[in-house]
Amino acid sequence: MWNPFAIIGRVVLATLEEIGQLSLFTWNGVSHVVRPPYFFRLLGQQMMRIGYFSLPVVAMTAFFTGGVLALQIYYGGSQYNSESIVATIVALGITRELGPVLAGLMVAGRVGASIAAELGTMRVTEQIDALTTLSTNPYKYLVAPRLVAAVITVPILVLIADIIGVMGGYMVATKNLDFNGGVYLANTIDFLKTDDVTSGLIKSAVFGFIIALMGCFHGFNSKGGAQGVGRATTNAVVTASILILAADYVMTSLIFKS
Amino acid sequence: MTKLKIDLKNVSKRFGSKTVLNGLSLSIPSGESTVVIGGSGTGKSVMLKCILGIITPDAGEILVDGVDVVKLRGGDRDAYLAKFGMLFQGGALFDSLPVWENVAFGLIQGRNMARGKARDIAIEKLAKVGLGADVAKLYPAELSGGMQKRVGLARAIAADPEIIFFDEPTTGLDPIMADVINDLIIATVKDLGATALSITHDMASARKIADHIAMIYKGRIIWNGPVGRIDDSGNDYVDQFIHGRAEGPITMDLLKP
Repeated sequence: MWNPFAIIGRVVLATLEEIGQLSLFTWNGVSHVVRPPYFFRLLGQQMMRIGYFSLPVVAMTAFFTGGVLALQIYYGGSQYNSESIVATIVALGITRELGPVLAGLMVAGRVGASIAAELGTMRVTEQIDALTTLSTNPYKYLVAPRLVAAVITVPILVLIADIIGVMGGYMVATKNLDFNGGVYLANTIDFLKTDDVTSGLIKSAVFGFIIALMGCFHGFNSKGGAQGVGRATTNAVVTASILILAADYVMTSLIFKS
Repeated sequence: MTKLKIDLKNVSKRFGSKTVLNGLSLSIPSGESTVVIGGSGTGKSVMLKCILGIITPDAGEILVDGVDVVKLRGGDRDAYLAKFGMLFQGGALFDSLPVWENVAFGLIQGRNMARGKARDIAIEKLAKVGLGADVAKLYPAELSGGMQKRVGLARAIAADPEIIFFDEPTTGLDPIMADVINDLIIATVKDLGATALSITHDMASARKIADHIAMIYKGRIIWNGPVGRIDDSGNDYVDQFIHGRAEGPITMDLLKP
């Protein structure tokens, strides 16, 4: 039982099993995204739930992040030519990194948890088995619409977050730090390139996929009643958050190397 | 000799180190009602899920209408599943949908029927299980346990299946409602001319709805016969089970106080 080799073996086997299950699950989910029939009604519903209802959370996060970024750069950086530095760094920081990552983490907490809890409850009350007996593939009916909805809506959320984040920086800079608003905006627009925004949006599409996939995967495989659903929810949020940060690192190193 | 609808041959399934089905064989005649009795954890639910393809058995054959169904995939599997209706133990109603959409689900999603037409059929099926059209608009959470069971039954028969599975149809109901459900099961099965397979540990229900009874123990069928022979089965396990005795060949894995 406590033989170190046995422990290592068990851990390796469990990890491999989990990776195998996840790969199979991803394949099943994605293959049903591309194969007809398509459930547009469900897709619309999920886009509302994942995208529209996440707007307030994402907007508030972006606003305060932009504001605090402006303050920190002003206090920490050189205060002599801060007027150009604050605007540029806020814009770059928000569009390249903080917008996508913070919006991704907030959506993972809000949406990933709710997907896992919903599908987990459907699993333990046999509703997912019931779908099968009613000639409806649960991957097609439950997983595919959530994957597509997240991949479409998270980038839109991040685009809105980018704008609100920059506005947060602008508000703090003009109200608290007595910057000139026109100069601030001119600096933002001059230094910001299209690539800064698009790289963030590409990242956020990947984050959306990760969030929906983790929510669905852990929900689908939950077992053992209320406690199992709770565990699935926690796992969905934790794994999605870690994968978002890891994927962010990998994508940043790929995108900005070229 | 009646025609066989479902024929399970030496079906085995293990989960990790735990053997759940251990070479189970069972023949289910067409158009009749077979009830499988057995204690908790003897493999009853796993057997149903193997037939439906929700769980893939490790070994053995499952013939339905003479076709081995274990390896069916894609469109063949969808066509195969369209033969079935199932009443789940907890109802397994979709709580995000109103009652009529639950009943009509297989027609709308599975068979692409227009919603208006499916709704009419749903209301007709609800009437068959004694529920009025006013219930159709309610959500499952607003119904009592007995009503949920009846909605589940209406959903199971909505697409006029050839085979209906009943998973513990009377568990958790009061004795009177249990008997109402039993009567509904008999009436709907006869009405459709369907083959019924039920699993239960409620002997009153089993005696009432069964043409044949089979007993499952440790993943195998240990006795199988017409319902009239259940009291003189000559099998000690069956005797112990139907009389509900703690003493006998079946031992529960309990620590004695």
